[in-house]
Amino acid sequence: MNEVPSRARCVVIGAGIVGSSLVGHLSDRGWTDIVLLDKGPLPNPGGSTGHASNFIFPVVHSKEIVDLTMDSQRQYEELGLQHTCGGIEVARTEERMEEFRRRMTSATCWGVDARLLTPTEVADLVPYLDPDVILGGFYTPSASVVDSLETSTRMRQRALDAGNLAVFASTEVLDIETRPGPTKPVVTAVVTDRGRIECDTVAIACGVWSLKLAAMAGATIPLTPAVHQMADIGPFDLLVETNQEIAYPIVRDMDTFCYERQSAGSMEVGSYGHRPILHRVEEIPSNDEAALSPTEMPFTPDDFDEQMEQAIELMDFLGDGEIKYAINGLLSLTPDANPVLGPTPEVDNLWSAAAVWVKEGPGVGRLMAEWMTDGYPHLTDPHGADVTRFYPQHRNVHHIEARAIEHFNKTYGIVHPREQWASRRNLTVGPAKARTDALGAMYFEAGGWERPHWYDSNLDLVERYGVTPTRHHEWDARWWSPITDAEHLHLRNAAGLIDLSPFQVFEVAGPGALDYIESMVVNRCDVAVGRSVYTPVLTADGGFRSDLTVMRLADDRFRIVTGAFDGGRDEYWFRHNLPTEQGRVTFENRTDGTCTFGVWGPRAVELLAGLTEADLSLEAFPYGTLQEVLLDGIPTQLLRISYVGDAGFEIYTAVGHGLRLWDVLSEAGSAVDLRPVGAGVYGTTGRLEKGYRLMGSELESHYSPVEAGLARPSVKRADFIGKDPYLRARESAPVAALCTLTFDSLRCADGYDRYPMGAGNEPVLDLDGQRLVDAKGRVSRVTSAGNGPSVGSYLAMAYLPVELAVVGTPLQVMYQHELYPVTVAATGSNLALFDPGDDRMTT
Amino acid sequence: MRILVCVKRVPAPGARIGISDDELDVDSTHLGFTTSPHEECAVEAAVCLVEGAEEGGDVVVLTAGPPAAEEQLRYAASVGATELVLVPIHGGGSWDPQATARALTDCVTALEAQDGPFDLILFGNESADAGGYQVGVRVAHALDRPMVNGAKSIEYSDSVVVVRRATDRGVEIYEIPTPAVVGVREGINLPRYPTMRGRLASKKITITTFDTFPEAGGLQRRRLHRPAETASEPIMLGGGPDAASAVVDVLEELGLT
Repeated sequence: MNEVPSRARCVVIGAGIVGSSLVGHLSDRGWTDIVLLDKGPLPNPGGSTGHASNFIFPVVHSKEIVDLTMDSQRQYEELGLQHTCGGIEVARTEERMEEFRRRMTSATCWGVDARLLTPTEVADLVPYLDPDVILGGFYTPSASVVDSLETSTRMRQRALDAGNLAVFASTEVLDIETRPGPTKPVVTAVVTDRGRIECDTVAIACGVWSLKLAAMAGATIPLTPAVHQMADIGPFDLLVETNQEIAYPIVRDMDTFCYERQSAGSMEVGSYGHRPILHRVEEIPSNDEAALSPTEMPFTPDDFDEQMEQAIELMDFLGDGEIKYAINGLLSLTPDANPVLGPTPEVDNLWSAAAVWVKEGPGVGRLMAEWMTDGYPHLTDPHGADVTRFYPQHRNVHHIEARAIEHFNKTYGIVHPREQWASRRNLTVGPAKARTDALGAMYFEAGGWERPHWYDSNLDLVERYGVTPTRHHEWDARWWSPITDAEHLHLRNAAGLIDLSPFQVFEVAGPGALDYIESMVVNRCDVAVGRSVYTPVLTADGGFRSDLTVMRLADDRFRIVTGAFDGGRDEYWFRHNLPTEQGRVTFENRTDGTCTFGVWGPRAVELLAGLTEADLSLEAFPYGTLQEVLLDGIPTQLLRISYVGDAGFEIYTAVGHGLRLWDVLSEAGSAVDLRPVGAGVYGTTGRLEKGYRLMGSELESHYSPVEAGLARPSVKRADFIGKDPYLRARESAPVAALCTLTFDSLRCADGYDRYPMGAGNEPVLDLDGQRLVDAKGRVSRVTSAGNGPSVGSYLAMAYLPVELAVVGTPLQVMYQHELYPVTVAATGSNLALFDPGDDRMTT
Repeated sequence: MRILVCVKRVPAPGARIGISDDELDVDSTHLGFTTSPHEECAVEAAVCLVEGAEEGGDVVVLTAGPPAAEEQLRYAASVGATELVLVPIHGGGSWDPQATARALTDCVTALEAQDGPFDLILFGNESADAGGYQVGVRVAHALDRPMVNGAKSIEYSDSVVVVRRATDRGVEIYEIPTPAVVGVREGINLPRYPTMRGRLASKKITITTFDTFPEAGGLQRRRLHRPAETASEPIMLGGGPDAASAVVDVLEELGLT
């Protein structure tokens, strides 16, 4: 047996498409002394790559996934290992045809050629398909089939040829060793059945086994092995005669969650329509024990019968084909169906590159190599795939399996941008949950927290404020209520109480706290005690990594408040960058102990003033400041700030006081007509009227604070991550600028109003219907959209090429494959259409 | 024409066969199940005989096994069997060859009493897991019918079965009168795969259950043992023309030059 080297710079575990692409790209980026391990033989070590159907449909709705997929297609093409055969998704229902119009919208946004086909046009391309079964098709000529195993081999070879890699197949990892680090354990070695390798960095790219490998080091990679059934049917003369691996477009029968893909003389039929079948990692056989490969589990035909019937309905000739090979193929499912990439939060220098499809493999290899080399990737903003996005309550088998079971059948499903999970709800709730329940709160999940989105108890406000009570199209009305607009107007008219319990609250303290905070964020935090600072947090490239609020609680103590969706990533980043010197800075997550409410509206200050002896006047309590205040005797901290554009406060208290505080506010609130107000106002309508940016929507790593209009007049003296590129961005003319757009009409061709979602896939087009792409190649798309009840317009935000970022410029937005006229209404630092002078908040 | 084929549900293992903790069974935790290969060929042979017979006929497939053996019965139906019979072994465990033969004999007797005699009863030469080589012979003996094992060819006409089997010295040819019993060897044919339509049709066939509680036989399994493995590892001889001399060396070493 060959012994492994005793020392390496980096050990990558898993020689499938992800691990192999990763070593290729690490080598390209100058990494030397890389060791790649796999417990199986090469070139097919027996993981999910080995049985993948290997096809790529480039168009999905998520920009992040599209970026990874399109980069992967480019890489497969460069290697000459891609065959472009085209692909057609077919619809059996009108709902699916609607989804295809959304697909067309996304295709336009990403610049991918696509078209809608009639059933006859589908049958012209796929002569063995029965056009009477379908209503139409969504055709992507650039859909392709790739050779993922050969690509893996070539990627490894690239690193081997450069002298940067040693590969050990049939080598089992027995342990990943760590030593205590300044803030958390650090990897030191990988122990294999061929010896021990000391190393600085370990990347786990083991697909379904990743969870087990991470656990060896004390980390978690939240995924579960799950079955995807597929069968090889044939041979058929019709296919044999083509003499090609694939001559006909791949067909995805979207409403039966099934696909049919030619494989030489046979047809591969695969399914995401069977019952969810999950396995635990210990149930996967070894390479030796497996009858086929470890991830080609024994086929359970009963689960596939319905899919067979549906396949025969669509392509009758399949019924007479022999089932030559059929498997329960294993793949990885995460709690939210996205990959799990990046540094693990529990162990330093331990990376995850898992739950990745073949269609994203080479792109993920590149992205991970960028991330491991430069601290953050350039290819795309990975916040939806970042493994640190999960909170501890998500990183366990109970949660992973429940959510995987829920979303497995949505693999080909129609998923609404606002869709809520049904399983594993009430994982984390605020202290006033019993009260908000009684008020008929409709909860949306925010990072595992239940957050009231609107309250049925406010239904009377719909009539009081004359709000449009319905939306004509069910899709637009799904997960939406007119109550949000009514709550908005009521907040602007009187006062609203908002449950902000999901806020993520960290506390940083110690003699080095100020220096540390300054090194992490853009804006100056060396401010008077009691002041707050809203600030971007940048990547080393100068793009957005986060945005958050820092409050100076004492000379050496700061509170950091960030959003419910961002807490995991932000906590990782702050902990990762803590000074190593003992006792210099401490970092604590105070979320679980902290309760946050917000009270805003013209009568909000009056309400709170009636509950305290403290002077809440603007003179005594200026905007942006924090003070300790007793509210009816409850110790709280008030922060005068607003994300909704009206006067008021964020109120922090201990969780134990939360319920009483809610009751005190509600009771006293009756005098000022206070109403509970949901996150629909806080996150969308109120925010958009004020042009406030949201992390993950407007703010992402491909844009700088200058382009987002968040650059302050001057730059602080202290160094911080991303400072140099930030300075350069300030000095050069930006090529794009964030704008607020107003819709001039929402009327669709069928004569009723539609309501764009702002889900990130709706392109902004010029009057000729052409995509807008800035000088850095970034496409203009709607980053947020929603109603502005107080400004009387439906609003959107988008980055536009600077020459178009001029107030008054007429443009168009595509939604549901129709065009709607919009006008640039604001740009620059102040994107507010409501009270742009901030008079309501500061006078 | 009426043919009975007796099949057995057996694990489909990989290269390394695990043994259960009590050392009495193959560890099937990670395994799928299949029909013994000889018996798959027997089913194919029966289906071909019926397909070739002018008067047509029935292929009845019988198994003694756990309720899950329904999977093997339906597989047989998906490739042409027309009737399915299960002799359930309740409560897990398995029967020794004598008990199995008694149960099958009881069942065959009952089936024939109801629907008339089978012209042929086919077995696999031996099962893929236990490899006892006994059940077919015992059933033939109990039914007092002639039997030929190791069949590599079966022809049937006018109540006579012609069976060929290969030996070291050549081919033996037997002519036996029906009703008869034949043990089939893998290689007699290439069993067809089920079609999707065949699979779907197989789901609609009713499985007849025949309960019987045979007296245990004299064979008791004490322990399974796996011989020590010799680990082997592929050696790369090189690539392209450069590898030629190394390949020649290996061939010489193997005495193949």
